[in-house]
Amino acid sequence: MSSASATGAPPGWTRIGRVAAPVVVGLVGLAVWQFLVSVVEVSPYLLPGPAEIAEEWRANADAIREAFWITGTNAFIGLVGGTLVGVGLAAIASSARWAEGMLAPVVAGLAVVPIVALAPVLNSMYGADSEYGRRVIAGIAAFVPVYVNSVRGLHQTTALHRDLMRAYAASPGQRFRTLTLPSAAPYVLTGIRVASSLAVISALVAEYFGGPRGGLGSFISTSAATSAYARAWAYVAAAIVLGLVAYVVTALLERLVQRLLPTGALT
Amino acid sequence: MTQPSDNAAATPVGAAATPVGAPAATGTAVPAVRVSGVTKTFGTRAGVVHALSDVDLTLAPGEFAALIGPSGCGKSTLMRVIADLESATSGTVEVFGKAAATARADQDYGIAFQQAGLLPWRTVAANVALPLELHGLGRGERKARVAELLEMVGLSDFAGHHPDQLSGGMQQRVAIARSLAEQPRLLLMDEPFGALDEMTRERMQAELARICAETGAAVVFVTHSIPEAVFLADRVVVMSPRPGRITGEVVTGIGRDVPRDDALREDRDFFAKVTEVREALHGTPVTGSGREAR
Amino acid sequence: MTSTALTTSAPGAPPGAPSGADATPHRRHRGLGALGRLRVVALGLLGLLTVAALWEAYKALAPEDGVLIGETRVLPRTTDLAMPHVWDMVRRLFEPTTSIAEEALWQTVAAAALVSLGIAAVGWVVGTTVGLLLAVAMARVRVVEWGLLPWIVLSQTVPLIAFAPIVRSWGSRIEIGSWEWPPWLSVAVIASYLAFFPVAVGALRGLQSHSAIHADLMRAYAAGWWATLLRVRIPSAVPYLLPALRLGAASAVVGTVVAEVSTGYLDGIGRLLVSYAGQASGDPAKAWAPIFGAIALGLVAGAVVTLIGVLLRPYRRGEAP
Repeated sequence: MSSASATGAPPGWTRIGRVAAPVVVGLVGLAVWQFLVSVVEVSPYLLPGPAEIAEEWRANADAIREAFWITGTNAFIGLVGGTLVGVGLAAIASSARWAEGMLAPVVAGLAVVPIVALAPVLNSMYGADSEYGRRVIAGIAAFVPVYVNSVRGLHQTTALHRDLMRAYAASPGQRFRTLTLPSAAPYVLTGIRVASSLAVISALVAEYFGGPRGGLGSFISTSAATSAYARAWAYVAAAIVLGLVAYVVTALLERLVQRLLPTGALT
Repeated sequence: MTQPSDNAAATPVGAAATPVGAPAATGTAVPAVRVSGVTKTFGTRAGVVHALSDVDLTLAPGEFAALIGPSGCGKSTLMRVIADLESATSGTVEVFGKAAATARADQDYGIAFQQAGLLPWRTVAANVALPLELHGLGRGERKARVAELLEMVGLSDFAGHHPDQLSGGMQQRVAIARSLAEQPRLLLMDEPFGALDEMTRERMQAELARICAETGAAVVFVTHSIPEAVFLADRVVVMSPRPGRITGEVVTGIGRDVPRDDALREDRDFFAKVTEVREALHGTPVTGSGREAR
Repeated sequence: MTSTALTTSAPGAPPGAPSGADATPHRRHRGLGALGRLRVVALGLLGLLTVAALWEAYKALAPEDGVLIGETRVLPRTTDLAMPHVWDMVRRLFEPTTSIAEEALWQTVAAAALVSLGIAAVGWVVGTTVGLLLAVAMARVRVVEWGLLPWIVLSQTVPLIAFAPIVRSWGSRIEIGSWEWPPWLSVAVIASYLAFFPVAVGALRGLQSHSAIHADLMRAYAAGWWATLLRVRIPSAVPYLLPALRLGAASAVVGTVVAEVSTGYLDGIGRLLVSYAGQASGDPAKAWAPIFGAIALGLVAGAVVTLIGVLLRPYRRGEAP
């Protein structure tokens, strides 16, 4: 079905296809996986079967839950910190051009630089038993999209609206409340949604670089190092769940704000 | 040459002397466009929309027809159906005696839209060359033809410019040059001057009239400007919405030999025709038509 | 994957969301005069200096044991061991790597960074190629898009890099004839895997971004799908593609560094990061050298994409003036 002919397809089919196609792909993926494991008999080193992984999950449920909380807390604290700093600096940047000019290269640099590289050094800065090094990593990672989106959001007020506010002789406070905040908030929330995934990933990956044990990342690497691959996959599954939880929560938050402040979508 | 309307004055006078060598109006009896019983419906969330309802339209070779009507009357849809950009729900559309899809495949028409629709990364010359390139014309021929076309629209000096360096009117001229690239015997134009300011617009109208006289192409011209329709067309087709249908026709009676210039815009007969079209649009005679002479 | 955010938001954002602006062409300083460019550079340097100044100011003013709330240390210790002076970090770069080595530290780091850059480049090229091909397939066949796009978007929200330690187990066990899977290939696979996602999503958006009028025009010309792809869709995808390529490059670099650490690859910058940090108690400034190397790595990757953007400038005329 080409894109040209699909435009002529009845809308009902489109809706069914949009739901059915990914489900089919998911099922096929599962089937291939199971086929590789039970028929081709791929070694469990390469790919343990779904059942094995589920078994390991059950056997280690408590440990997984604890690791989930540790990594989740790190990501959450990083996200909150990164968001506060991001919004704060964005507010400064949007009110002073020189500040934006100073921050621009730093942020552009942070965006392409592997921030996890700081993990080992931060671990020694905070002390070997502190989780804060990872939280800082997650925080820096979260900061970038929050800052970028907030700056964009704060620039959203159009010249027309600003003129209107001037004509009303609105005070700066009124202006912020009635104009800047509603137009910027959806952007900030978008930044937070993007940042949430990054915070989780960063908090997790930072654990590969040493520091206290106990999070999902350190369990994945120790399990893999001791050839307990099915267990490693169970921890990976938990990491995926954590990523999804972070995404769903922030996406819902974003949706909510968009509904409350629909003005953000307007020019 | 038989005219579908009773207006013999609509015969393209300039057709015989086409410097660009347009193959138009060579005495065949096959109409340029024949639309019969065309209905077009769109299924939307709100229900079925009748964009066109039982529309009949015949256009002789070399004839200039303007489609006019309020928004939603289906004038653009009708043009798009002729262009085979949309397919009719029922009814038949023929272009030079062929099905619309065949005519599109054979490149029997040139087309221009309200937006110039130039490719921003191509130069003016490369934009005009696009259809020639797509249809496999050799490099040398392409170059010669592009030069000729740019000359015709007065943009020879801008061949190497990019669209964003041109004004809206110039961009639209490039688009018109592009629509003429393959010497079509039929031009389909969807409010090509709709986005231009009034001064530019009048200049462009005069230019289009000149080009049409030179090439002798038949034109389906969608517009929502009454003076524009009367100024350009041999025949003004009036449409009305819900459902979109043709409600009237005004033959302007302004021959192709009449120069399209400012004198025509101030002509009494011109105003009379403008009034006639307006009355056809509103469905009732406008009282005190003398006031129409703004 | 810390840096995947960049200036764009998640490629999976719904089109109506404010992030819809994410893939739209970035505003660029075009036609800046020499003075304007100087201003940009000067402000940028000022920004970097401010970061260094904040570091030193915190080090000078905060208590030695850091800032604690209750028992937990919220801000780091400020001893020379934990936070070396900025000038010490820089000076250390020009001293020999070890007491018995002749090579300066920066040379060791640069050599390792080059190895990592090579691996990241392989990963980026492979990931970009696969991503582009998949984007074309999704643009061509609607069902492929329906089936794959949700999974691709979903996978971006998920810490896929968690797989990295497991990939090592594949590498050490694959042998085809006399050919053995080299360890660097595991790293490159992870890098390409991470680079692929943003490119696939960004390119698909770009391929779908051409205006309706251009689609009409090509249809009116009876141009086929491939002609339209070549003449209209690919050129109009460029402004969307560049941020995606940048995102992919950043992901490839992060993937390389992380994969080097988690697969225990010996020749790249990742190993230096970990092993020099292990020596931090005796030589705290040394641990910063590979960090500068990693930063340089990321900046070079970003610069390459910027260069590509310059080469593709004709196709970015639609971007903001």
